[in-house]
Amino acid sequence: MKELNRREFLLNSAKAIGLATMGGLVWSGYLNEAKASPFILRPPAAVPENIFLSKCIKCGICVEACPFDSLKLAKTGDGLPIGTPYFIPREIPCYMCEDIPCVPPCPTGALDLNLVSNKETNKLDINKAQMGIAIVDNKSCVAYWGIQCDVCYRACPILDQAIKLVYQRNERTGKHAFLLPEVDSDICTGCGLCEKACITKTPAIRVLPRDSVLGSVDSSYIKGWDQNDEVRLKDVKVQKELDGGIGDKSAGDYLKNMEFSDDE
Amino acid sequence: MTNKYLYLRRFSQFIILFLYFGANVWGWNILMGNLSSSKLFETIPLADPFALLQILATGTLVSIDLIIGALIIVLFYAIFGGRAFCSWVCPVNLVTDLANWSRRKLNITGDRKLFLSRNLRFYLIGLTLIVSAISGLTAFEYISPISIFTREIIFGIGMGWGVVLSIFLFDLFVVKNGWCGHICPLGAFYSLIGKFSIFKVKYDLNKCTNCMQCKVVCPEKDVLNMVGKNSSFVSDKECTLCGRCIDVCNDKALEFHINNIINYGEKK
Amino acid sequence: MSISRRDFLKSAAAASVASTVGISLPAKLQAESQNAEANWKWDKAVCRFCGTGCGIMVATKDDSIVAVKGDPAAPVNRGLNCIKGYFNAKIMYGADRLKTPLLRVDENGNFKKDGNFKPVSWQRAFDEMEKHFKSAYNELGPTGVGIFSSGQHTIHEGYAMLKLAKAGWRTNNIDPNARHCMASAVAGFMQTFGIDEPSGCYDDIELTDTIVTWGANMAEMHPILWSRVTDRKLTNPDRVKVINLSTYTNRTSDLADIEIIFRPSTDLAIWNYIAREIVYNSPQSIDWDFVNKNIVFTTGFADIGYGMREEVNHAKYKPSELDTAKKQKEKELTDFELVSLKYLGYDQKNKIMEMKNSGKAGAHWIIGFEDFKKGLQPYDLDYTARVSKGDPNEDLESYKKKLKAMADLYIEKNRKVVSFWTMGFNQHTRGTWVNEQSYMVHFLLGKQAKPGEGAFSLTGQPSACGTAREVGTFSHRLPADMVVANPKHREHTEHIWEIPATTLNPKDGSHIVQIMRDLEDSKIKWAWVQVCNPWQDTANANHWIKTAREMNNFIITSDGYPGISAKVSDLILPSAMIYEKWGAYGNAERRTQHWKQQVTPVGDAMPDLWQYLEFAKRFKLSEVWGEKKLADGTILPSVLEEAKKMGYKPEDSLFDVLFANKEAKSFKAEDPIMGWNPNTEVNGDKRNVIGSDGQPWKGYGFFVHKYLWEDYRKFGLGHGHDLADFDTYHKVRGLKWPVVDGKETQWRFNAKYDPYARKANNGDFAFYGDAMKKLATGDLTKPTNPEEVSIKNKAKIFFRPFMEAPELPTADYPFWLATGRVLEHWHSGTMTMRVPELYRAVPEALCYMHPQDAEKLGVKRREFVWVESRRGKVKARVELNGRNRPPVGLVYVPWFDERVYINKVTLDATCPISKQTDYKKCAVKISKA
Repeated sequence: MKELNRREFLLNSAKAIGLATMGGLVWSGYLNEAKASPFILRPPAAVPENIFLSKCIKCGICVEACPFDSLKLAKTGDGLPIGTPYFIPREIPCYMCEDIPCVPPCPTGALDLNLVSNKETNKLDINKAQMGIAIVDNKSCVAYWGIQCDVCYRACPILDQAIKLVYQRNERTGKHAFLLPEVDSDICTGCGLCEKACITKTPAIRVLPRDSVLGSVDSSYIKGWDQNDEVRLKDVKVQKELDGGIGDKSAGDYLKNMEFSDDE
Repeated sequence: MTNKYLYLRRFSQFIILFLYFGANVWGWNILMGNLSSSKLFETIPLADPFALLQILATGTLVSIDLIIGALIIVLFYAIFGGRAFCSWVCPVNLVTDLANWSRRKLNITGDRKLFLSRNLRFYLIGLTLIVSAISGLTAFEYISPISIFTREIIFGIGMGWGVVLSIFLFDLFVVKNGWCGHICPLGAFYSLIGKFSIFKVKYDLNKCTNCMQCKVVCPEKDVLNMVGKNSSFVSDKECTLCGRCIDVCNDKALEFHINNIINYGEKK
Repeated sequence: MSISRRDFLKSAAAASVASTVGISLPAKLQAESQNAEANWKWDKAVCRFCGTGCGIMVATKDDSIVAVKGDPAAPVNRGLNCIKGYFNAKIMYGADRLKTPLLRVDENGNFKKDGNFKPVSWQRAFDEMEKHFKSAYNELGPTGVGIFSSGQHTIHEGYAMLKLAKAGWRTNNIDPNARHCMASAVAGFMQTFGIDEPSGCYDDIELTDTIVTWGANMAEMHPILWSRVTDRKLTNPDRVKVINLSTYTNRTSDLADIEIIFRPSTDLAIWNYIAREIVYNSPQSIDWDFVNKNIVFTTGFADIGYGMREEVNHAKYKPSELDTAKKQKEKELTDFELVSLKYLGYDQKNKIMEMKNSGKAGAHWIIGFEDFKKGLQPYDLDYTARVSKGDPNEDLESYKKKLKAMADLYIEKNRKVVSFWTMGFNQHTRGTWVNEQSYMVHFLLGKQAKPGEGAFSLTGQPSACGTAREVGTFSHRLPADMVVANPKHREHTEHIWEIPATTLNPKDGSHIVQIMRDLEDSKIKWAWVQVCNPWQDTANANHWIKTAREMNNFIITSDGYPGISAKVSDLILPSAMIYEKWGAYGNAERRTQHWKQQVTPVGDAMPDLWQYLEFAKRFKLSEVWGEKKLADGTILPSVLEEAKKMGYKPEDSLFDVLFANKEAKSFKAEDPIMGWNPNTEVNGDKRNVIGSDGQPWKGYGFFVHKYLWEDYRKFGLGHGHDLADFDTYHKVRGLKWPVVDGKETQWRFNAKYDPYARKANNGDFAFYGDAMKKLATGDLTKPTNPEEVSIKNKAKIFFRPFMEAPELPTADYPFWLATGRVLEHWHSGTMTMRVPELYRAVPEALCYMHPQDAEKLGVKRREFVWVESRRGKVKARVELNGRNRPPVGLVYVPWFDERVYINKVTLDATCPISKQTDYKKCAVKISKA
């Protein structure tokens, strides 16, 4: 009897653990899918996306604070991390309020006031927001055809800085110039006013999360002509091994192999 | 039979939702946010302590505001409210009550199709925290029908009605009081923190005529196991203080009472 | 789907074209594009959204327009348009196009001033119009009716309406919205050259070294020309200099080497400073050879008022308006003005200027060079800088350096300079003066009427030049620069029109602002709005709304879409839009361009021309050519007897006499130029619209457009305004008049390029315009010798002093308000605001303001403010770092958005010479909304 109970207990425990593990795995799998939505734009001052997803408590207070109804909470069926705030620039962009009403009320720090504060003046500075980055598709941007547009340029709230016009001669007509929009990724906040204003059917300038778009250069490449660029060398670590090239583990390994390039 | 507490509960549930809704749509600042985290009069923070635990489980730090908000809620339910969240605040209760009522009207009885342990809810608290830790996401918040339902009432309707409907159908056809009584880890969480609260239903055997109406309507009828046996407080942690038993009792054998914490053990 | 070898080769050709213009099409699309276009008809046309005059190609299929593209053959734009241009066709297909006449009626269907609009037939509409016309006309005479004409009228429409009004109804109360837009340029041209319109052309851009924009935000208002300026700058960035002068920073500053932000109205001082630099400090730079041969020095009166009501206590003024209104009679001069007007005897003790010469605003007389020099004396760098510095935050010394640098560029020998301007100059209470000042500097330096050199007035509207100015749809004008006040001009016109002598009314009619005031004074009781939106675009609009809605008058608006003017009207007529009719426009460089009707109009909409001609059928000669009394008591004699002698019968209609006469009918409907194109007026169309007589419309049966063109053309031939024949324009991409021996003219008055200048036999140049070429002589203050001297073939250098605007910012109204346009929208927005792409790009008018002012007012970006003047107020969102960046103390609000009805706020003061409203200067206060 006792043994049976013991066996039963063990069996039940195993069953429970098995079920919990299975449930946990399914659940985790679902969550991984739920967060796999790289093209979502967050309110200003959002911490990096992976931290944001764990911090955001989905209360919607930022959404309520937004005076332009730019921010929305992801609903079931939106295919976005459920309950988290985001905006769609083509519908309502972020109008970059000076007082950034959406950030201070965030209860969890998922929106971090420090990211939009000027440390020296101790004032809010919406221009420091990094919601995304505007990207121009120069095949569908009519300015690249020579048409006088520059709507995005004029719509930009950091006009002539975040989007600049690059002038180029139009050799076809011989007397007109191209006025081409060019985004400066250091300044663009990703507010999306450009995307909203763009006159093409699908906007030729679109805001995407910075991580999905921007590259980064490691310390291998340094601008020799620019003293400031050496800042990037500050935390450099001496690299002992080269990974990813064709080198073998050791010279001996290489020399042992007596095959030469295939000639058949 | 009066329906006093039923009406009061519905009023409470609706007014809370309405205040949230007004905050979003008309910019009221009485109660902003939702059940996960709110601001009362733009100053007092309130937060779902279970959600806070999940955030902490993911290994991220949170603001002191959120911790204070969660503490306020914990203290409120620990001292006063017990598991009252489930029947006085949670909007899913509207759905599960409807399912229960329909079940009675349609005479869908017993005949369990699925056996679920009532303790599952408590295991799910643990599992929620483990999955949160593994995935780095507030695990229950991503699937919680409570959050989904309230959010979509406040911020606009998406596919959340499907989730709500599935709970209704589950409670109606599969397991009686299935969601609240067997699965919902949030309710379980409130059961735990509200275990020693002072607000309780008190049963008086002397007035009782053993009509058993209270057991018919009680969603957690195990909590009424003293009925017909001995006078006592309904001190089981599963009681949601919904007051249905009081409403249906024609004998005034059941009433809300403040339990004296000091002689808690004796009364039991 | 298989593609034959031939198809393939064609696709390949298309692909190669596409690749040269920088568009790469996917291969499949390339192959299919050829098939898709198989049934398309491409035809040339013109853009209607600004005065640049860009060429457009329009494709139609099954009687609707399927595509629009820039015309690669058009010399102005070479296939490029700005973003508005591509919507010339799309704007015809809005859901709320007006498709049927609408009349305000009571429940029984009778006209009622405060009734609601109900659809009525064309016949009913004309009946009602006729009834009210005749009642006003019979009560008040020819001055009792008014026409709001337009710089967007086609040449044919403008000409037909002018003829109907002036020859038919004998009223001169026809004035275009171009009055708000180009009148100061016109007055400047007429007074300086004796003939209207620029001497140069757009080719100057490619030929010049220096582009100076004065109150012209070309980057937004003339985008295609701006791209040419940009290209010119790119070709030689070190040599080519761009200077932008404005009262606020705008996008034109982006390219500028020098940006000068001046205080409103002080452009007058800046020009005099440049002239003073030339005359005092760099006399060797004066092209004496040119000046002696071609120029006389002149000046005029300064005490000419500000074009407001002479009755300064007019009953309709609100009390808050009175302090500004009284400046029409007298004003206290500011300290700055006491310096610039010292030569007139004003000083600290005597600083009230009485506006004694407001009735002789345009009068001017010859002065000597020494007088001219004396007048310039006060405008040294120090004074000019103090007067004109517009940005309080700018350092005076660095501002002086910029002024000096600009003057040096003008003066630099062998440096070619073009000065461009638009509304900043023209919408100015001294607009005519400042136009004249630009010629002053260019003439002194001999930098005018030469390739790459000259002062060039850019036009706002597509046919402000072609229709309003060349046809002369102004209250004082006749075609080809003639005026009603000149008996010889009237005689010549009566001769061409084959109407009895003395038919034409010799008294100037009411200009467009005056028509509004006359309506308010019940001096006009019937008005017709044509291709314009005067109730949105006239300053001080609260008065005119009230006038239209609350007074006893009848207002008709013909339009494609309902706007504010339609809303305040009694009757709305649905008009055919641009490519639903045959038409022609003339752009800023004197280029005349024609297009053909491409499609049948929508609904029951009919071309404006048809409306005028049908309405003309309602008048018998006996009703209009009898004796008529004008408001001022002048009697127009009966010409009925004379008419009989000419073979007209009293019961003939104005339509018969003016538009369907023998000559008109000689232009047959069967004409090769007609091509495949529809012509609703000539042939009717498939709709068989029930017309003005209740019968299905079947067409006039003769080629009325060609007749009107050839009739109109007679005015210019041999008078320096020569236009080519109708057929030619349908074959070429426009020609710049005068077109002599089939050749266009690039630079007028220059004997090398202009046959008229050669013919004058006056040396290298001949300013052969003959208006105002006989002048008295005098000194700076007044004419002293009334004996008139002929100055044939000469142009004038005017001395004009600096004067302030009538309404300056004060403690109560501390901000300047300037209004204007944005690139994305055309004028009052009735068309472009309906284009989703353009609407999305700029959905509302913003109030542009300096951040320091916003901080002081406690308003943040995108918050609402009230912009309030003595006349009215509007609510607008604030923008602090947008496209326009005003200095502290100035706000800018564009006027395209009827929901931000900024003309409720603006002041209806005008240049007293040109009668053009100053939309750039009035005082407002701003408060958080």
